[in-house]
Amino acid sequence: MADLSSNFVGIKSPNPFWLASAPPTDKEYNVRRAFDAGWGGVVWKTLGLDPHIVNVNGPRYGVVYGPDRKVIGINNIELITDRPLDVNLEEIKRVKRDYPDRAMVVSLMVPCEQVCWTEILAKVEDTGADGVELNFGCPHGMSERGMGASVGQVPEYIQMVTEWCKAATKMPVIVKLTPNISDIRYPARAAMAGGADAVSLINTVSSITSVNLDLMAPEPTIDGKGSHGGYCGPAVKPIALNMIAEIGRDPETASLPISGIGGITTWRDAAEFIALGAGNVQVCTAAMVYGFKIVEEMKAGLSDWMDEKGYQSISDFKGLAVSNVTDWQYLNLNYVTKARIDQDACIKCGRCYAACEDTSHQAISMSADRTFEVIDEECVACNLCVNVCPVENCITMEKLSPGVVDLRTGETVAPDHGDWTTHPNNPTAVAAE
Amino acid sequence: MSESRQNGIVAGRISPASLSENFSDAYPPLSAHEALVAADRCYFCYDAPCIAACPTEIDIPLFIRQIQAGSPEGAAKTILAQNILGGMCARVCPTETLCEEACVREAAEGQPVDIGALQRFATDTLMEKGDHPFTRAEPTGKIVAVVGAGPAGLACAHRLAMHGHNVVVVDARKKPGGLNEYGIASYKTVDDFAQAEVEWLLKIGGIRIETGSELGKDFTLGEIREDYDAVFLGMGLSGVNDLGLEGVDDRVNDAVDFIATLRQAKDLATLPIGRRVVVIGGGMTAVDAAVQSKLLGAEDVTIVYRRGQDRMSASDVEQDHATSSGVRIKCYAMPRQAVASGVEFEYTEEGPDGLRGTGETFVLEADQVFCAIGQTYEGWGGQTTLELERGKIRVDLEGRTSLPDVWAGGDCALGGDDLTVTAVAEGRDAAESINRALMR
Repeated sequence: MADLSSNFVGIKSPNPFWLASAPPTDKEYNVRRAFDAGWGGVVWKTLGLDPHIVNVNGPRYGVVYGPDRKVIGINNIELITDRPLDVNLEEIKRVKRDYPDRAMVVSLMVPCEQVCWTEILAKVEDTGADGVELNFGCPHGMSERGMGASVGQVPEYIQMVTEWCKAATKMPVIVKLTPNISDIRYPARAAMAGGADAVSLINTVSSITSVNLDLMAPEPTIDGKGSHGGYCGPAVKPIALNMIAEIGRDPETASLPISGIGGITTWRDAAEFIALGAGNVQVCTAAMVYGFKIVEEMKAGLSDWMDEKGYQSISDFKGLAVSNVTDWQYLNLNYVTKARIDQDACIKCGRCYAACEDTSHQAISMSADRTFEVIDEECVACNLCVNVCPVENCITMEKLSPGVVDLRTGETVAPDHGDWTTHPNNPTAVAAE
Repeated sequence: MSESRQNGIVAGRISPASLSENFSDAYPPLSAHEALVAADRCYFCYDAPCIAACPTEIDIPLFIRQIQAGSPEGAAKTILAQNILGGMCARVCPTETLCEEACVREAAEGQPVDIGALQRFATDTLMEKGDHPFTRAEPTGKIVAVVGAGPAGLACAHRLAMHGHNVVVVDARKKPGGLNEYGIASYKTVDDFAQAEVEWLLKIGGIRIETGSELGKDFTLGEIREDYDAVFLGMGLSGVNDLGLEGVDDRVNDAVDFIATLRQAKDLATLPIGRRVVVIGGGMTAVDAAVQSKLLGAEDVTIVYRRGQDRMSASDVEQDHATSSGVRIKCYAMPRQAVASGVEFEYTEEGPDGLRGTGETFVLEADQVFCAIGQTYEGWGGQTTLELERGKIRVDLEGRTSLPDVWAGGDCALGGDDLTVTAVAEGRDAAESINRALMR
């Protein structure tokens, strides 16, 4: 049976599933329930200096639904902890004492003054916590006060605060990054330059989930007004995966440990983050929607899959997909595929036809008896028909073997790799030597 | 002896409370959330097979998408633009043999999108608001007579009114609605829905309904052809096929009459029903009569059909409804004669020359027998000017009869299944044809 135990920058936990700094880790009661349910660790909801902040007294969350009110994404306008610092610290100490094998990381957000960071770090260290996470990510509320994402959006600030913290504590320092920037590599490099032990990402994406058309106001609406929030959940997973891959394949930050966050809902999501280089994962939305019990599925699923693949430990497959993330220009243009429709599996809904005929390449024919067939002369292998088909594996992409003529281009499929860098249409192509 | 087990045909076999429960909505409407969940299953197929399977060609994927998008009233408009009786059709259509049979999810997983229930959700939502989304064109000065206020006549009248014509609908019965009012099981159309739908339909304006006036008795075809610019005949079938049984007495009733009486009964507790009921036939009328007999408190109810169960014109869903209601379905038997204790049947078999009796007989005990072996066109008052075919008025694809100013549709006209939805399509299409002829 696979070993799920995790050692992330020296912080040990029985499994790689941590709860992210968020409402589920706001206080002792919740965290004890989480540990009892089997979570490997938590990042305690972000602490700040007293006087503690306050939250709105109207709705904090907005949501985007899929079918059957399935939650696809949640947007929140909740701020950091709204309880006194001492209360949080005492609770952290008690919980860590009672659950010594679990990871206890404390998220922090204080003003950009060295004394503030030094002061709070000392207090956290006293609790026996395993590490800290610097919250440079929250895009709402706190950022308007010069904290959270407003730090994470300025690489120089990231580096500066990270340096202060590394100088002030022996605990591992994880820097939580905001996705609300144009290129994630710059904040990641800054964190590394500041001495961060790791980065965690992504924090939430600035968002308005919906507009109430009667009130003419964004949701969630507080007395007729709304404020942008932070978006999370399955909807943001693709954004997170890309950012993690960007950091992993940047030579400057390739060695920087990453705690993966962003819409992780099942074991498979977690495996994907780890394959792209995450050392562990943090979960929030899935727990908020389904409760803490989901970790049982995550642990069992990851373990079974690792057994099936022959991976003994998390490190066995960590980062294995990073080298396969490349730039467009290096993609093999001699890899030619064509859509193939399994007529036995086809239920004749015609969605592939509508998609191809209306919005793509007119490469699917439709007969009077609703038989749908691919026209190889037109198929550019875009994959849209595969994507819109409601039947799994009904439409697949078949690779043309070298030597076969692509009926669309009339050209023979070449056996070797050929990409844009050497393509004759590329004005800057490098001639083959 | 308890009344419930008293032999003969007696009223009040079960308590009023049980009666009320038995005759409540057999298929309760979807809640708003259920409707969203059901709507989310629709794939929005290209050139969707369900549309082609609907006799009125409702754009089903479009109306379901409108429900998904939070606009059930818009969905209702999409439905009603094609089928003005979409509310009733949502209740009585055998969707399992029409749109839902064609649904690709039926092919994929044996579980079609719940189109009928979604249609009811949409049309109920609109009708509860009392909105009538259609308006009339400029008045044309033409006036059309519609004979029969059933589905065909009402659909025809509404479409004619939309085109700006005035319409007079005459019907032999006391109330409009035709089979919607008199011929469909109560549990499919509770809360007087048929009348509510007629009232809603009439909001278009320009339609006058005259009930209690019968063609061939109170007026002739010749007279209305004189008085109106065009005539549409949609009076259904008034005759019923005769079993030709020997020894028939008052225990033997017509199922159509029974259903009509039940629908019109003010107090079901006063409605007598046999302890042991035999229904002869294999269609929806047979099922409706049998199930309602059971719901009224009959102890044993048996449908007897002369061929195999797969040949019954009642759909599988209807048959299942009957059997799950406690009705027994007995096949391959035909009635020979009424006897003192009930009905004597002869077993049948399919032979090279068709169905034949085997000579073996049995007797089913029965206090009451309902015949549901189909209805026929009876003609009226010796009228012979219209050409008939196979006992029905001959029409072309537009509903035109052999007379230039007379159209026909619904059960009295040739072609199509004898379904509410088919009648609506025929009435609507005849109205378009009449409009073209009048405006030429």
